[in-house]
Formats: sequence, C-alpha cells, structure tokens
Amino acid sequence: MALLLVPVLVLLGLAVVLVMWGIGIYNGLVAARNRVKESWAQVDVQLKRRFDLIPNLIETVKGYMQHERGTLEAVTQARAAVSGAGTMAQRVEAEAGLTGALGRLFAVAESYPDLKASTNFASLQEELASTENKIGFARQFYNETVMNLNNKVQMFPGNIVAGMFHFGAETFFEVKDEVQREAPKVSFS
Amino acid sequence: MWEQIAANRRKSIGLVISAALLLGALGWAGGEYFLGQGGGTGGVLIALVVWLVMTLAAWFQGDSIMLSVAGAHRVQKEDLPQLFNVVEEMTLASGLSKMPAVYVIDDPAPNAFAAGRRPENAAVAVTSGLLRTLDRDELQGVIAHEMAHVRNRDIQLMLFAGVLAGAIVILAETGLRGMWLGGGRSRSRRDGGSDGNGLVAILAVVLMILAPILAQLIYFAVSRKREYLADASAASFTRYPEGLASALEKISRAPQRLGGATSATAPMYIINPLKRNGQMAANGTSTHPPIDERIRILRSMAGAGFADYDRSYREVTKRGGVIPGSALKDAETGQTARSTGATPAPSTRENARKVDDFFYRRDGYRKVECACGTTLRIPADFATPAAKCPRCGALHDLR
Repeated sequence: MALLLVPVLVLLGLAVVLVMWGIGIYNGLVAARNRVKESWAQVDVQLKRRFDLIPNLIETVKGYMQHERGTLEAVTQARAAVSGAGTMAQRVEAEAGLTGALGRLFAVAESYPDLKASTNFASLQEELASTENKIGFARQFYNETVMNLNNKVQMFPGNIVAGMFHFGAETFFEVKDEVQREAPKVSFS
Repeated sequence: MWEQIAANRRKSIGLVISAALLLGALGWAGGEYFLGQGGGTGGVLIALVVWLVMTLAAWFQGDSIMLSVAGAHRVQKEDLPQLFNVVEEMTLASGLSKMPAVYVIDDPAPNAFAAGRRPENAAVAVTSGLLRTLDRDELQGVIAHEMAHVRNRDIQLMLFAGVLAGAIVILAETGLRGMWLGGGRSRSRRDGGSDGNGLVAILAVVLMILAPILAQLIYFAVSRKREYLADASAASFTRYPEGLASALEKISRAPQRLGGATSATAPMYIINPLKRNGQMAANGTSTHPPIDERIRILRSMAGAGFADYDRSYREVTKRGGVIPGSALKDAETGQTARSTGATPAPSTRENARKVDDFFYRRDGYRKVECACGTTLRIPADFATPAAKCPRCGALHDLR
C-alpha cells in the first residue's frame, strides 16, 4: 500500500506543478493582451484629439492663406476620410493621409510671416506637432506591446497554452506613408 | 522592457537583503561592544529600529521632502504648454499609465530630476535654466531620461539603497564616537574582560569603519548603472539619441551650479548636481558616469534600441555590456525615425518667457504692457503709484 502511495504522490505533485506553471503562462498572456488593448486606446485618444483640433486650425489659418485653398481643402477632405473609414485598414490609411495633408499645410505656412507671427497659430502648431508626436509615441508603444504578446503567443511553451485558450497574434500598426519615414529634421534655433 | 522592470525589482530585493545583513552585522558588533557579552541581539534590534524609522519616513515623505528641498513648484499646462506636451509624449512612449506631475525649479543651472516611489504618483522637475537652454528635441531627451527612472523603478531602488546606506553611516558614526568617548561596558567592566571581548572590539571597530564605505560604494555603483540604463531607455523612447546627447553637452557646459541638491537626492538628477565641471571622472564615489562618456555612447549608436546602446557602450568603454540580457531579448532594434508632420516653432525663447512669467506671477509681480512694446514687472510691494517705462518714458498708473 505504502509502496504504491509514493509514485502516486509524486505524479500528483508533478501534475500540480504543471497546472501552476500553466496558470502562470495563462496569466502572462492575459496581461500581455490587456496591455495591447490599453496601448491601442492611447493611440485612439491621440488620433481623436488631432481630429478635434483641425477645425480650429482651419479657422485660424483661413484668413491668412487665401491663396492656398487647395491645401486647406486637402486637410478637410483627409479629415472627412478619417470619419468615413469603416474598417481598421481604411482607418489606418486615412489617418496616414491626414498626417501627410497636415504636414503640407505646415510646410506652406512657412512662407506666411504674418501667420507665423500669430500667437494663436504658434500655440496651435505646438499642439498639433505634439499630438502628431504623441500619435507616433503611442503607436511605438502599441507595437512594443504587440511584439510582447506575439512573442508569448508564438514561442514555446506559451504557444501550447495560447492554442488551448485561443490567444491570437495581433497586427502591428505600421506606417505606410513614406513621408513619415524621413529622418527627423534638426533645427538649430 | 517588462523583463527589465522585473529584473530591477529582483535586484532591489537582493540589494536590500545584502545591505540589511551588513546593517545587522554592524548592530551585532556594536551591541556586543557596548552592551557587553550577549548584547549583540540588542544591538541588532536597535539597528533595525533605526532603519525602519528611516525607511518609513522616506517611504511616506521622500517625494515631498525632495521636491521642497529642491524648491520645486507645480505647474499646469497653461503655464508651460510645451514642457507639459513633452512630458505627455514621453508618458505615452514609456507606456506609463499616468502622467507624472510637472514641477519647475527657479534655478539658472540647467538640470532635471524625477521623484516618486511608484510610477502612479511620480513627479518630474526641471529647472528654469534648463528651459532657457534646451530646444524641444533636447528637452524631450532629458524628460525621457527622467521618465526612464520612473518607469524602471529606479527611484524606488535608489530610495531603499539610499536609506540603507544612510542608516549604516549613522550607526557606524554613532558607534565610533561612542568608542572615542570611552563608552562600552566591556572595557569599564574589568571582571568580564576576557580575550573574546577584545576580538569583538576589534571586529566592531573594523566593521564600523568599513561598513559605511562599503554601503556607499554599493550605492554609487548601483546609481551609475541606473544612469546608463536610463540613457538607453531614453534613446529607445524618443528614437532620437542625439536629442539627449546634445542636451547633456549643453547642460555640462553650463557654468552655474545647482542649489538645493544633496548627496541623497543626487542620483535622481540628469547630471550630478554636486560636481563642478571637469570633475566628471568616474571613480567609486560618483553617482553618475562621466558625462563625456555618456555623450559618446549616445552619439555612436547605430539605431535607437537597447541592443544599439549596448553595442555602443561596449565600443566606447571597452567594458562588458550594461543592459541585462533579459532586456535585450525582448527589445527590438528601433530605427531613429520619428513621425515628422509639423515642426514646432522655435521654442527656447518662448519657454524662457513662459517660465519667467510663471515665477513673476507666483511672487506677486504685476505685468504692465507699455505701448512701446516693453513689458514692465511691478513688484507687489512697489510703493510709488506710477511707474515710468525705461524705454519710452511713458508713465503708467499703477493704482
């Protein structure tokens, strides 16, 4: 009787350790998935903020930039495309388009000294530039969390637990617009 | 990144345990010496009580003490929008769940530090001199470095390490002073003066002399390592190591010296506030690595990831790597490309003006705009009912 008890206890102990280990991996996966969700929410907040800032910007620059109707309209249209986007892929593309349109607007604004001297425009420019940066940084962090999750989901032994509980890999938020891949501008001011 | 935080937490625990052992040994030796044979337990108890009181004080009051000693004032977004935006950007890049409170110190020496034992109630403080010196990219680099201290839980680690080192120093000094004054029952009580006691006395003296030195060396070594890690994290947050490199260069060239910093708070600053320029050599008693070395490492990075920093560190210092392998494993090699979009307006002058405004307003100064474009600052206790503009001579009614 006692002879039988030892292997049974050993097996039982092994099973307990294995289950605990599995629970640890499972919890790690859940944490990683939640981080991805949370970090996407941050990207979304910043995209919305940029969306809300644009009417204000158009209102400010309209008076100064009479001859740049095309540039202004491009921004308005790009903004409309964002609100009209249905799928995630469309949304990402529309947001990239808006970034490009805004970049052109600010490039054109360089040749309007009156506009650049306006404090209202200066503070709006700082706000939009910062929002643009925030989108970039939030996206950077989002991609990091996605990488973390994907590593956990795809690598052994996480992939076994992930398969059992249907954890999938997430997609990165890539920037397709070539303009955004340019080296950063350095200003010596 | 998460691996690195976990590694830091393990290190915190290890450090606390080893320093606590040192503290216990010190307490035991002191107890045996002063309280007679068998008094070691009492000594250990005294040491533990001293340490506990100091830890509790640091835990609950550390941040506010540090901020008030440095003379930091909290600012809101309206006061310094760009600084606020940069802190917000770095909050996002570091993935902190809550943005730290932003403080400004009225001091011409450019410097910055982070405080707060948990990321949820952290604070970053910059001096007005920093805002007058740096442009936006450089400011971003500095804030990223401070956010890295918050994010990597360096503040917690350094708080524990600092308190332990402090407790050891206090106990050892008290003990040594007691010996000079001829205290210690083992000596006055002649009947109990066996050989064993003599040995304990020697051991106690040696421990009391060595323990504080050892504790501080551990503390400084940990602190220097955290600086490299914070630089590496800053590069990976901003994806632009040049920003921090050029900021460090400007800060180190500034002639002013910062007031309001102590050796306990020094590790949290971006550069050592206690050393004069040119005295940046790395030795055992410095909280920060030499600044030239930090700049060179940042400048010779090929990308902006942790692996790039590690490679650059090996090349520049000819020493082993500085980033824990666990952190290298899950860090991608980030390229130095950021979203461009709108380039912000020239910012340094604007920031200088805003920080001036903030401190003048806080001190109760009145702002009078003259028609000629000059701004007059009128102190709160200005007795004369009218002020003359120094440029155009127009009189301004102040009543």
